[in-house]
Amino acid sequence: MAIIEVDGLVKRYGEHTAVDGVSFTVEQGEIFGILGPNGAGKTTTVECVEGLRRPDAGHIRVCGIDPRRDTGELKQLLGAQLQESQLPDKLRVAEAMELYSSFYAEPTDWRQLLDVLGLGATLGKQFRKLSGGQKQRLSIALALVGSPRVAVLDELTTGLDPQARRDAWDLIDDIRNRGVTIVLVTHFMEEAERLCDRLAVIDAGRLVALDSPAGLVSIVDDTQRIRFRPSRPMDHALLTDLPEVSAVERAGGQLVVTGSGNLLHAVTSVLARNQIVAAELRLEQTTLDDAFVALTGRAID
Amino acid sequence: MRTLTRLTLTESRLFLREPAAVFFALAFPPILLIVLGSIPAFREHDPNLGGARVIDLYAPIVITLALTMLALSGLPQLVATYREKGILRRLATTPVRPVTMLGAQLLMCTAMAVTVLVVVLAIARIAFGVALPHLVPAYVLAYLLCVLAMLSIGLLVASLAPSGRGAGAIGSVLFFPMLFFAGLWAPRETMPEVLRRVSDFTPLGAGVQSLSDAAAGHWPQLLHVAVMLGWTLVAGGLAARYFRWE
Repeated sequence: MAIIEVDGLVKRYGEHTAVDGVSFTVEQGEIFGILGPNGAGKTTTVECVEGLRRPDAGHIRVCGIDPRRDTGELKQLLGAQLQESQLPDKLRVAEAMELYSSFYAEPTDWRQLLDVLGLGATLGKQFRKLSGGQKQRLSIALALVGSPRVAVLDELTTGLDPQARRDAWDLIDDIRNRGVTIVLVTHFMEEAERLCDRLAVIDAGRLVALDSPAGLVSIVDDTQRIRFRPSRPMDHALLTDLPEVSAVERAGGQLVVTGSGNLLHAVTSVLARNQIVAAELRLEQTTLDDAFVALTGRAID
Repeated sequence: MRTLTRLTLTESRLFLREPAAVFFALAFPPILLIVLGSIPAFREHDPNLGGARVIDLYAPIVITLALTMLALSGLPQLVATYREKGILRRLATTPVRPVTMLGAQLLMCTAMAVTVLVVVLAIARIAFGVALPHLVPAYVLAYLLCVLAMLSIGLLVASLAPSGRGAGAIGSVLFFPMLFFAGLWAPRETMPEVLRRVSDFTPLGAGVQSLSDAAAGHWPQLLHVAVMLGWTLVAGGLAARYFRWE
């Protein structure tokens, strides 16, 4: 059953159309990613879902509620973690949790939540004294304290170091395992690939693709690339003659062979026949990055 | 209601963690009263002031000083900073409406201002023999009107200021002329006729005069009531029109 339905969403800021006819549905219990470069309209889209912005056109339902007509019921069911939202400098962690949990009809046990998030030792700390990662985790805790059915997490791991980012990913998996549906806004490919069941790729306000990460990769043809350093100079024609090879380029002392099908086998057979040893051999396959470039015509960053 | 109370308590707790704000808004006005009262000449009856003493004139001025600190430098900076930091936006994602936070901050400022009022009246009475207000209902009314006018102006500053710092700057620019007309440097009774006429039309000039009138046992003059209500309606209306949550 779809827990979020977005149909034909349009949002304009003056002359600029930030979101232009985006439609998707999010199923209960999945981690749904919204992927796109900065300024693509990802945040505007989720802000309309959260009821923070009024769409200019289109139809949104979250748990069957229209965010525009919400009288507080939706806010009980949806927890949101906003980009760049802070707390008062001198508010202590425990005070923030106590205050925010008092806003909800059925709050979760916030002490336990902080323990799970690794913030159990920071109860008496003031917000300004927390590290970037701790602030980010507190922000997640505040989004989850009302026991929401849907959590919208916007650029959750931006500004975190690689270890903190991996911890945050484990945490999201954990939250989903408790039955919370998660909408994850991100511009990190690795994050999207690792966490999301399905991904909506948004570019310049439009939905350009909607599929699982593996599905998106397979949309792009299965181009492969082989890099190696030949043990002696070789005639490129030996390789370009192969039906599997589409191009051969020299990059420093290395050759880069692009092609498809059983490329690796074809190339190594030719090398073996000519007694050439391939050093530093690497095979590169299509990634979500390549899929993104193919879908939008440019790299994400 | 329960949420408003909780937010007000939290905001008060946060306010009390700011030593500078606590000093200037809560401690400085009573200290100023004590300093002025320690000057022997200010405790002498002055025939030029209709037999009143300077310290008698200063009690209402010091009371509005505390209110002005809270309304013009505390409130706008607080609201604008909360907006700048996305605290109001975060609140918008919860079942609590951000306007409740605004209500909590107004309540907190009012509670702090009333605390100073009580402390100043008590010190003035006990240490310097300043009579307590004769007409208490009139005094409460005058004070309430003055609070409404000043908080509305504070909210207008918060609405127009681009940032927390900006709000602080606008607040301090308004601070000195407002208090000048309240009589902080020269009480209204000693002002030249023209200045006093201008002062009549400022929120603090009208406020101080109404407090003095009520202390002496008279209801505030219609002009002063109209001036304070006028500032409340105009500043409050503009604040409501231009307020931004983000």
